Parts: sequence; structure tokens; C-alpha cells
Amino acid sequence: MPETKPVLMQGNEACAEAAISAGVRFYAGYPITPSTEIAEQMAARLPEIGGVFIQMEDEIASMAAVIGASIGGMRTLTATSGPGFSLKQENLGYAIMAEIPCVVVNVQRMGPSTGVPTAPAQGDVMQARWGTHGDHPIIVFSPASVYETFYLTIAAVNLSQKLRQPVIMLLDEVIGHMREKVLIPEAGKLLVEKSSDKIPSDWKPYDEKGLTPLVPFGFGHYYHVTGLFHDQYGFPTGDPPQVERALDRLHDKLKKYRDEIVLTNYIGHKEPRVAIVAYGCTVRSARAVVKKAYWQDRLPVGLLSLQTIWPFPDREIEALAKQVDVIIVPEMNMGQIVGEVERYACGKAKIVPLNRYDGEMITPDQIYEQIGRWLS
Amino acid sequence: MAFIEQLTQDFLRTKKLPHIWCPGCGNGIVTAALVRAIERAGYDQREVVIVSGIGCSSRAAGYLNFNTLHTTHGRALAFATGLKMSRPELKLFVIMGDGDCSAIGGNHFIHAARRNIDLNAVIINNYIYGMTGGQHSPLTPTGKKATTAPRGTLERPFDLLALARGAGATFGARATAAQPRQLEQLIVRGANHKGFSVLEALSPCPIAYGRRNKLGGAVEMLRDMKDKSISVERAAELKAAELEDKTITGVIFSIDAPEYAEEYYRSIEKDKG
Repeated sequence: MPETKPVLMQGNEACAEAAISAGVRFYAGYPITPSTEIAEQMAARLPEIGGVFIQMEDEIASMAAVIGASIGGMRTLTATSGPGFSLKQENLGYAIMAEIPCVVVNVQRMGPSTGVPTAPAQGDVMQARWGTHGDHPIIVFSPASVYETFYLTIAAVNLSQKLRQPVIMLLDEVIGHMREKVLIPEAGKLLVEKSSDKIPSDWKPYDEKGLTPLVPFGFGHYYHVTGLFHDQYGFPTGDPPQVERALDRLHDKLKKYRDEIVLTNYIGHKEPRVAIVAYGCTVRSARAVVKKAYWQDRLPVGLLSLQTIWPFPDREIEALAKQVDVIIVPEMNMGQIVGEVERYACGKAKIVPLNRYDGEMITPDQIYEQIGRWLS
Repeated sequence: MAFIEQLTQDFLRTKKLPHIWCPGCGNGIVTAALVRAIERAGYDQREVVIVSGIGCSSRAAGYLNFNTLHTTHGRALAFATGLKMSRPELKLFVIMGDGDCSAIGGNHFIHAARRNIDLNAVIINNYIYGMTGGQHSPLTPTGKKATTAPRGTLERPFDLLALARGAGATFGARATAAQPRQLEQLIVRGANHKGFSVLEALSPCPIAYGRRNKLGGAVEMLRDMKDKSISVERAAELKAAELEDKTITGVIFSIDAPEYAEEYYRSIEKDKG
């Protein structure tokens, strides 16, 4: 990807700018710390380029308005934080069921409840997976830098359009508020997927044969959109085989594109004995540890950072567990992803959780100390 | 072909019939009035969108041959707001029930009214939650019985149109399922009105509301609605005491005010210029 213009940007700002670069032209939201800068940036930028910004009466309405605008044919995004993310779950489930693309940003803060609104945390990992009811699929990205925020937001918009599936950007307060250098590609040089404008004459909104592009309302295709289980034309059904097929359909499209969705990155020793598995802002401390332990002291240490946390990178963890003796999982919560790591490590490596939940970041020293214990 | 047959063919998804509504339900009367009104308003089928919430009345969307959006409980107006802002040229009719619109959807209702966004809300008020079997709603009259108010509700109902007016809606009208022609005419007037229009359509639910409150069957309930209706013009000549038991029908208010979507697009055009 041609990268030309270096810009100093805040994480939230990068998220907003990336969305605009990826063709997002509609934002509906509600103010909440620490995500408000995204709304403010959108309120300033979207009207300049013919887009729509609307501040809704609550988070529920914001999610609904975003879905409505997607059905109208616009690319859409909304942003919030924990308490607001709880409220968005109702209509997030609707978007998954009705296969309406949209991107939902959750800049995590310390919870439960109102918690510590200005403190960072990674407590919404499981909420992002299972927050809305029913057996639904979900895609969740967790960037570790402003740069990753920019590129993952573009990937989120693209995937959301391609799979007609909501995608969650799970930021945290550190990533949302820090300022860092981002290399912005020149206009027109981004990998932004275009919507198809050719609609086959036998187009069906939920074609049994596979994924079809969403044809916006107002073009003479009189289909139905509902949160009820539906047939390939969108009409409600309670017929057991059709219901089962419809639920499989939602999951199968993620399975089919698994390798495009699941993004991870490994740095460190080629034959590590101890590995760190991290995501979000915790990756930053882990990277500092690898710098010192491997690049400086040549210790058999590595880091697998997860840009995608859902669907969970199962194969990557399986492979890593076969290589190492110990996997350390630092998280700014009481242990959420660590359960998944345990599950896919299948007893091949010892899994060591490292948790911090006082509203402060996990430091490199904390991780280094753990590594030292397992290497000696 | 007769007008009504042609309409049935074009605007109804006849393969989806019979509908799920109970015998004696007024939802079909209101839905039919809506279909005739869309034809009378002269809209192209392509530009019409039906949005609905959750409940008996909201199932109407599935039977209408347009782009139809059956949303979540209470949220129809919020979905419609997003759709209208993305495609202001579309003509949106938003069908809701009394509980859907005024309880769980109350917040969206007052804010859609406040923005004066050009949506046409058609609220079918049968005074009860029908689909779940007869629980009281914010429009159930005080004293009336429901499964969740077995001794009669102590709560006071909203005056839906006064609420809409207070919140900033610019058009409010009321009619009953006993007056389908008037319903049709009022939907057309609401559609032609630029801004947020509210039509309260009173409708009988003999199964979940009438029976429990000993109001008779569908025929008796419709007759009662008709007997109690009084036009807004006639009501103006009467004293408050004489109107106590009456339902005032017709256009209750109609005001000119800036419409939100148009104002938004005008303001961003100015930016560009």
C-alpha cells in the first residue's frame, strides 16, 4: 500500500478519518466518554463532503438510524463506549440477523456500569462477542496503535460491506486518546472495496445460493427486512429446516472468509519457549518486553498480537501452543481472552493469565517479571 | 378492473395472506386505508417505504408490496430517521401500535416530533398490547382492565396528539376504524404535509381488550367508536363538559415549520457553495 503523508493523529480521530476514507458517509451517535471525539470529528467532516451526521436521542436510536441509513445505501458508522455499547446490543443483533452492514466502535472504559469513565480497560471482550442475544456471529477488531486503528477501520468497513455483517472496532481508552504518527495513503490509493452496481435480474436479498449484495431501498426491488427468521426474500418463517438454514447461513459466511477476517501478527524468537498473546493497548507493553528480552537479550521469547479477537484466532493459538512451553496472556480485565487461549492450546502449553483491573495499564516490567519466572 | 382490485394486485403481497390478525381486528381496515391513501397521494411504488415496529399492527408491513422494514420494538421511528436522512426523496410511512410508539418507543416519538422530520407516523391505537395477550399500554384508559391490570389500570393515559404537539410535531390527526374514508383522507393529508405527521387511528381489539372490558364484539366496538366520534369542527362549538366522553376526529393541528432533512441538506449545500 502506498503510504505517503505522515500525520500526527489521535486514535479516535484516525478511526473517523479512516471511516471517511473507506466511504462512510453517515454517522449517528450519542455523546459518551472516551469516544466523543469520533462524533465530533464526524460532525465537522461529514457535512463538508455531502455526508450525514446526526446526534440521536440515545444509543439505541443511534444504532437504529445507522441501520436505516445502510438500507438507504450509505456506508455507516457509530461509536460509543461500554454503557452505550450495552444499549446498542438490541439493534446490533437486528443488523446481524437482517445482514445489514455497519461498523460499531466501542472505545472501552473501565466498567462494570458507569465504572471509571476516563480509565482504560479491556473488559468488553466478551460483551463484544456475546452482548446481543441469540447464537450470532460477530467480527471484532482490536487495534494496538493509531496506525492499526486507521487500517483496521478501513478493513472493518470493507468486510462489513462484503459480508453484509456488522463489524466491531474494539478500541480502548489508551488507543482512542493517544497521538501517534499515521501514514495516510494518497486519495484513491486505498484498498476500498466498491459496491457492485450490477444487480442480476433474479436478485434475492437472502439468496439460498449465497451472499448477494444489498440493494438499497427505492430501486424497485420490493423485499422485506425483518429481525424475524426469514426466507430468501426476507419474509418471516418459523419453519424448522428454514430456521436452521438461515442461522447456518449467518455463520457460514464468516467461516468462508475466515482467513480474510482473522488477522494476527507474530514478532520475536523463531523457536520461542515463552510467548505472550495480547491485543489492544496491552500489545504495546508486550512489544517493549520482546524488544528487551529478544532483540536485546536474545531470550527465546515471542509475541502473538491479535488484531482480530472474534472470530477467535483458534488455529494460530493451536500452532503457537505446540511450539512453546508457556503462553502469558496479559489483559486489563479479570481474564476474558485467556479462556479462549486455554481452549485452543489443548493442554499443549501452560497458560498463564496476567491481569490488571485498577484502571492502569499493564507495564512491561509486570510482563517481564512473569517471563523471567518461566525462563529460569 | 375495479380500483380496489387493481390496488390489491399492486400494493398487497397477496401470497402472504391470510394475515395473522384475529377476527374483528381493526388493523386490516387501517392498513387498507393506508394502501388507498398511498394511491390517492399519487406516489410511485418505488419511492414508498413502509417501516414498522413490533406488535400486531406492525405486521402490516409484511403484507404491503413496497420496500418494507420491520424493525425492533419501539424503534421504528429511529430506523426511519436514518433512512430518511440517507434518502430524503423516499416517502416513509411508519406503522406503530400504541405500546410500541408511546411506551418503549416514547423517546424516539418525541424526538422525531421535535426534529420535525418528514415521516408519516400511523399509530394504530387499540388501547392494549394485543400480540402478547392483553397487557395495559400508556394509552389504556384509566380503570380499564388488562392481564397486567386485572383490577383496572390506575395509570392515566397519554393524549397522544397533545404529546406529539407538545414535542414539536407539525401535523396531528385522528380517526377511527369505523370511519375508513376519513382515515384514508387524513393519511393523504399527513403525507402531503411537510414535516412530522401523526395519525392516531383508533381500532378495536375485541379479543384482548373488548372481551375483558365487556365492550362487546367487533360490531359493538366499532359502533361505539362511531357514536363517540365528533368532528373537530363540531367539537369547537361544544363546551368542555359536553366533550368528556367524545373522541375528536379530523385534523387536530397543522403548522408550518422547517423540515429537518430538507434543512440539513440545504445547510450542507451552503457549505459547499
